[in-house]
Amino acid sequence: MTGHHHERPTPARLSPGDVLRVGAAGLRARPTRVILSALGIAIGIATMIAVIGISASSREQLLRQLDRLGTNLLTVAPGRTMFGEDAKLPVGALAMVQRIRPVRTAAATGGVEATVRRNNHIPDTVTGGIAVQAASTELLATLEGTVVKGAWLNAATARLPAVVLGSVAADSLGLARTGVQVWMGGRWFTVIGILGPMPLAPEIERSALVGFPAAEELLGFDGYPTTIYERSSDAAVESVRDALPRTVNPRNPEEVTVSRPSDALAAKAAATGAFTNLLLGLGAVALLVGGVGVANTMVISVLERRREIGLRRSLGATRGQVRVQFLAESLLLSALGGLVGAVLGALATTAYALSRDWPPVVPPWALGGAVAATLVIGTAAGLYPAMRAARLSPTVALATT
Amino acid sequence: MTAPPPAPHGIVELRAVTKTYPGQVHALRGVDLTIARGDLLAIVGPSGSGKSTMLHMIGTLDRPTSGTVRVAGYDVATLTDRELSALRSRQLGFVFQHFHLAPGVSALDNVADGLLYSGTGRRARRERAAAALERVGLGHRLRHRPSELSGGEQQRVALARAVAGDPPLLLADEPTGNLDSGAGAGVLSLLADLHASGTTIAIITHDAEIAGWCARQVRLRDGLIVDGHDHDHPSPVELLRGARR
Ligand SMILES: Nc1ncnc2c1ncn2[C@@H]1O[C@H](COP(=O)(O)OP(=O)(O)OP(=O)(O)O)[C@@H](O)[C@H]1O
Ligand SMILES: [Mg+2]
Repeated sequence: MTGHHHERPTPARLSPGDVLRVGAAGLRARPTRVILSALGIAIGIATMIAVIGISASSREQLLRQLDRLGTNLLTVAPGRTMFGEDAKLPVGALAMVQRIRPVRTAAATGGVEATVRRNNHIPDTVTGGIAVQAASTELLATLEGTVVKGAWLNAATARLPAVVLGSVAADSLGLARTGVQVWMGGRWFTVIGILGPMPLAPEIERSALVGFPAAEELLGFDGYPTTIYERSSDAAVESVRDALPRTVNPRNPEEVTVSRPSDALAAKAAATGAFTNLLLGLGAVALLVGGVGVANTMVISVLERRREIGLRRSLGATRGQVRVQFLAESLLLSALGGLVGAVLGALATTAYALSRDWPPVVPPWALGGAVAATLVIGTAAGLYPAMRAARLSPTVALATT
Repeated sequence: MTAPPPAPHGIVELRAVTKTYPGQVHALRGVDLTIARGDLLAIVGPSGSGKSTMLHMIGTLDRPTSGTVRVAGYDVATLTDRELSALRSRQLGFVFQHFHLAPGVSALDNVADGLLYSGTGRRARRERAAAALERVGLGHRLRHRPSELSGGEQQRVALARAVAGDPPLLLADEPTGNLDSGAGAGVLSLLADLHASGTTIAIITHDAEIAGWCARQVRLRDGLIVDGHDHDHPSPVELLRGARR
């Protein structure tokens, strides 16, 4: 040995597998503490994933609904005259709309000054929020609505004291079957049909609908339509929208309001997620607290394991290797919490979405964000304890009793 | 220069080594010591005399306040902390009074972990660990955890861990301090076997009998070597062998 030159000793590198194994071994030795401190991270991640997932599922639900309902329905309603009074649509407005070439189907409703009640003992100031409206027979087809009980109005029943109830109207009258009489405008009408939900026309859901002729003869309806519904091909929606005011009221096109009911749904879909910021903030706080928990666990772990650190140093571990060991431990701890949190968050999203009949959606970017967050937290929480472990002098560490 | 001058004499050389701890605690006050390859050395002395401190200097676990420490030809002062770690992983094995075994980890993995920093692959680590445990007579206890082993067996696991990498120098700080005499004798006989196969060994002990078994004794008092500076002619191994009976 003596008499020849030495190379400087260089430490061997730990393989990534060994780093993970050493980190995992440190965790395995203290399972209870590991579970409790990983729980903090898990709760934070689960909250954030669930919040993001539920709002994404709700948005997906709205978009699918929009897709199903179509965006080609336009409504025409009277606006205001230039003197600020309520305008009226001309009596012949529906016929004129039906003549616009791209219009496939159109229908009208007209407000009637009447109330609907189960019997004539209830005062007529109690409307139950139900509007009585005259409806043209094309309305059901134009709205692509469904009849859940009985039948829709036809040319014959439109002349009779027959009424079809919107879904909400039927509910608030407490009616679930047809053939019942209701008291309307001072006489009995027979309920001949109950409609299904109409997401694009909630005002119809809250209406009691009678035929135009019956409304004029039996309820004193003036014949002026208050809303015209029309559908065209998707491509023609914009041109029809432009043509409608002139067509309906050539003399005063500015007194006509045209709107697209699906815009409200689209706006709702776009707005979904705005309210989630608060909940996301809560999740972030939980995550932060979880990170502090991990840091705390790691600091305690370093204090408790001084002898192990001293032993490893005596076995040839460099400061860097001790640092890496504790960093790996902290990262694994945080990643474990993140993994459990992501699974819990996805499960919560799925359960909530299914309970509401929504399609469950967990955006991949949310999962990616969760992974990134746990890595950042694991590093941040482990850095200080790992530095302390690495700085420990081997002799002091070994002397600990 | 990167290459330190070669060691003129021994595997360990201390020259005028002092160690002062904060608070003016002079644990070592100028120690000269040479340990030759093949030595079996006992370090004795009253409590607080600086035995552990000196062993830490020899083991490069700490640096002297002044003086020179050479281990395996390297001047410790010229090496970085990283390089000292590498030196320990190759040249040195430690056995402590407390066994420092990882609880809940099998004997085999405890020993294999001792080779983690030597650049040995996992497979080879486990094979060498099994061989080392075989050597200390625990071939049938590979899967046992420390809590399932007696004190003597635990210290033998620690000894297997220290020697699994075949270090030329083994340092033991009161290795039998926590053992009854029977278990202590078992550990000592293993140390004797290691010495016989060429390992240089330094043992701190309070036990005069154990010190007597060693070929050479160094006595410390108040941070100074009061007896055994000079490198006596190594006593024959038979002396120790005889003492083992
Ligand atoms: N880290 C330290 N900081 C301050 N003083 C220390 C430190 N380590 C040891 N000492 C002091 O140095 C002196 C020598 O200690 P050392 O541990 O080397 O004694 P020892 O001979 O091994 O004793 P024992 O037989 O009790 O183990 C003692 O006075 C001790 O209190
Ligand atoms: Mg001591």
